Amino acid sequence: MTTSTTETAADRGARPAGDNRRKILEATMKRFQYQGDALIEVLHKAQELYGFLSPELLSDVAQRLRLPPSRVYGVATFYHFFSLAPQGEHTCTVCLGTACYVRGAALLLRELEELSGVKAGHTSADGRFSLLTARCLGACGLAPAAVLDGEVIGHADRSDLAVRIQSLLGRER
Amino acid sequence: MAAKTLTIDGHLVSARPGETLLAAIREAGITVPTLCHLDGLSDVGACRLCLVEIEGQRRLQPACMTMVSEGMVVHTNTPRLQSYRRQIIELLFAERNHVCAVCVASGHCELQRLAGMVGMDHVRYEYLSPNCPVDISHPRFGIDHNRCVLCTRCVRACDEIEGVHTWDVAGRGVNAHVITDLNQPWGASTTCTSCGKCQLACPTGAIFPRGVTVGERPHASERIALIVEARKQRW
Amino acid sequence: MDLHELEAIAERELAQRPRLRILHCSATGCQASGALELKRRLESLLAEMGRQTEIDVGAVGCLGLCGRGPIVRIEPSGETFEHVKPDDAAEIIAALDGHACHVARCDQNHPFFTRQLLIVRRHCGLINPDRIEDYIAVGGYRSLYHVIHEMTPTEVIQAITRSGLRGRGGAGYPTGLKWATVAKSPGERKFVICNADEGDPGAFMDRSILESDPHLVLEGMAIAAYAVGAEQGFIYVRGEYPLAIERLQKAIAQARRHGLLGTQIFESGFNFRVDIRVGAGAFVCGEETALIASIEGRRGQPRPRPPYPAESGLWGMPTLINNVETFANVTAIIENGPEWYSRIGTEKSKGTKIFALTGKIRNTGLIEVPMGITLREIVEEMGGGTPDGTPVKAVQTGGPSGGCIPASLFDTPVDYESLAAVGSIMGSGGMVVMDEHTNMVDVARFYMEFCKDESCGKCIPCRVGTVQLFNMLTKLRNRQAHPSDLSRIEELCELMRETSLCGLGQSAPNPVLSTLHYFRHEYEELIGAEGDHGS
Repeated sequence: MTTSTTETAADRGARPAGDNRRKILEATMKRFQYQGDALIEVLHKAQELYGFLSPELLSDVAQRLRLPPSRVYGVATFYHFFSLAPQGEHTCTVCLGTACYVRGAALLLRELEELSGVKAGHTSADGRFSLLTARCLGACGLAPAAVLDGEVIGHADRSDLAVRIQSLLGRER
Repeated sequence: MAAKTLTIDGHLVSARPGETLLAAIREAGITVPTLCHLDGLSDVGACRLCLVEIEGQRRLQPACMTMVSEGMVVHTNTPRLQSYRRQIIELLFAERNHVCAVCVASGHCELQRLAGMVGMDHVRYEYLSPNCPVDISHPRFGIDHNRCVLCTRCVRACDEIEGVHTWDVAGRGVNAHVITDLNQPWGASTTCTSCGKCQLACPTGAIFPRGVTVGERPHASERIALIVEARKQRW
Repeated sequence: MDLHELEAIAERELAQRPRLRILHCSATGCQASGALELKRRLESLLAEMGRQTEIDVGAVGCLGLCGRGPIVRIEPSGETFEHVKPDDAAEIIAALDGHACHVARCDQNHPFFTRQLLIVRRHCGLINPDRIEDYIAVGGYRSLYHVIHEMTPTEVIQAITRSGLRGRGGAGYPTGLKWATVAKSPGERKFVICNADEGDPGAFMDRSILESDPHLVLEGMAIAAYAVGAEQGFIYVRGEYPLAIERLQKAIAQARRHGLLGTQIFESGFNFRVDIRVGAGAFVCGEETALIASIEGRRGQPRPRPPYPAESGLWGMPTLINNVETFANVTAIIENGPEWYSRIGTEKSKGTKIFALTGKIRNTGLIEVPMGITLREIVEEMGGGTPDGTPVKAVQTGGPSGGCIPASLFDTPVDYESLAAVGSIMGSGGMVVMDEHTNMVDVARFYMEFCKDESCGKCIPCRVGTVQLFNMLTKLRNRQAHPSDLSRIEELCELMRETSLCGLGQSAPNPVLSTLHYFRHEYEELIGAEGDHGS
């Protein structure tokens, strides 16, 4: 239904024009009988398919669900899961929940910011890396926790994480 | 159905069943400050200025969204409420950039009037001084987000009366702001009918007719209620 | 599906189960610690040995000790191992055969385990959450059958009322009363919603229940639906919980296939359908009116109550909203009777509560304890104190809506009223331990930052108040505050508590107020010299 890993810029580039993502999205809307109530479910699907919600996509969804564009935009910007800009090829999400905070997540985040040169919540200019934060991953037993390209990393060690990010970014350069 | 009898600030008042407490308070000749409420529009209970004390209830209740009931004992103007109202207005003044001296609505502004009414003469909180845009892309109207108090009266007027829902709120928390369509410049909106009801509903100088200068934008929010009445009556 | 078929499934399941079993935790925590790789290694090793039919390698739900995962349990001996690495696979198999094994064992006699009382988590670690047969084999869906065929809706509500169960989402509203209100409210349709938008940072009880025993929640919801007269249910799950969502989807499909959800359940006239709605990252959606707005596809902004959702909720219809853990208590009450349940706990707080014990604590994980246990027993005995022996300073309960309770008050019993009396709340069950190195102003500021980011922006006191409070706490931390700022902080806290529209804003000041109350000196120390210059 949702939350598979969002695709990267590279995937998007590799995808031929005339792909079937639009058809899948249409099928999702049809499953909900094009009801406005399903807006959030549809936006989840759209983001899963396209990686982010472009103005064209939002406008398209508004039209199909017969909703005012401003309402669609209002909903898309209310929820932090939805991204209106493309994400980097690689993403690292640092959990800032209480347990992680108590175990040094803020310091971890600051070091990753310095290492990557990317501020939390942003993507590097070359589109290769996004540094994100989460309110709480619910993996408090593993505090501090981080997610690197979909993989949950428990008891995240600063230098270990730094090495992994560098090798991810370095290897493909 | 029988009328309800309630006590407001020590006066016995009778009210129609299904009437809001705010209406009953006003009919009793008592003034309670409001901001997000506008006659003719639905209520949202967001500004918290019309909160009143109701005996037997632990929490303060917004008069605009509370229905009258038999035997209710209501206090609308206790020292505690006065202090809360003053603080709420203070918070609003500190939130964006409200500079009456250069505002088109000065002298006709509800926020300005409320400040006087609740005795808010200086702001003790730190001004957040956000960098808010001004959009004058629409040929007839403009919006200065520096003066917006997020009462959402424009959103409701546009949705409930004009029926096009050009406006909505985007973002959340202190970053919330009103938008037109997909956050496009107002002038590029494909849904806006340029009816101007948002401008009528706006309590401050945030939405204004283009071409007016300091103090020139009249306050005309009561026309919203007239339009609603007119639509019902089919004059 | 009837009772005989249900029993037949259970019998078949138990008959074909191998005697020797290796059960590994498959919840998020242990998966992140390498449980899946371990499973693969075990399976390939057993295949090499030709013992794959003799020994069953099974995924089970959360075993509780998340900080020491992956956790593995072997049957029939019941021995439990911690920090099991894929390379330990051979040793685990050896242990099964009664040979020496050098993998670290969990001490099952440790208070962490012995002080627990498992009601909600009674199947966790015993059943495979992906298999409805496992759930049926431990008695699953019998309560639903019993309720549909032998109880009237009124009798069900009376049973829940007599049990004394109160909402586990935080506020502790009597569950039976809520059910009765929904049952009484007129409406052409009614809804049951399970609130699985577990947003408190430091809390993961609900995730663990959904990942470990999804059918328990579905059965509880179905019983509630029967009692209040609803035919449609929704589970609103956080988007941050992909594994819980996957398991719920699977569980719903299985239950539907077995005729345990859908139309004419157990060949009765009772219909109940459940759909999942996935949250999109908004803490405020844990508030019931905001959650309803979100299911309706709108911005998750709360509206003033009354009217309460029990009278006018989803699409204006009477709606029952309970938290995951609340629904998960229902079958045990039906199975064992309300009198049994009401004997557990304290006078006003019945049953057990699950806590997520985290922070500066040796034994991190989930515990289910009877109400009335003291904080000291939890933190010192079960949790084993801080990892490095630094004295514990305080424990935070209730997340951003709760407060910090100092170590001097650790004899406080854990129940709704006692925790409220010391300035905190039961909350959903987060319990974060802080040691002497934790600065309480920092903690207050951390929570205020959270509330500022999560405020929906609808009402002024919360939207602007959280920002002002956060800024003042920041100034304080940077030693730039004026002595008068303390009283201004208190004044603003009162304003938010009394005038905010919803629970988020009303309770946002709690972490500040409780730390100001118990650790005021830490605030005053930060004013110090700078403040004197200022005046």
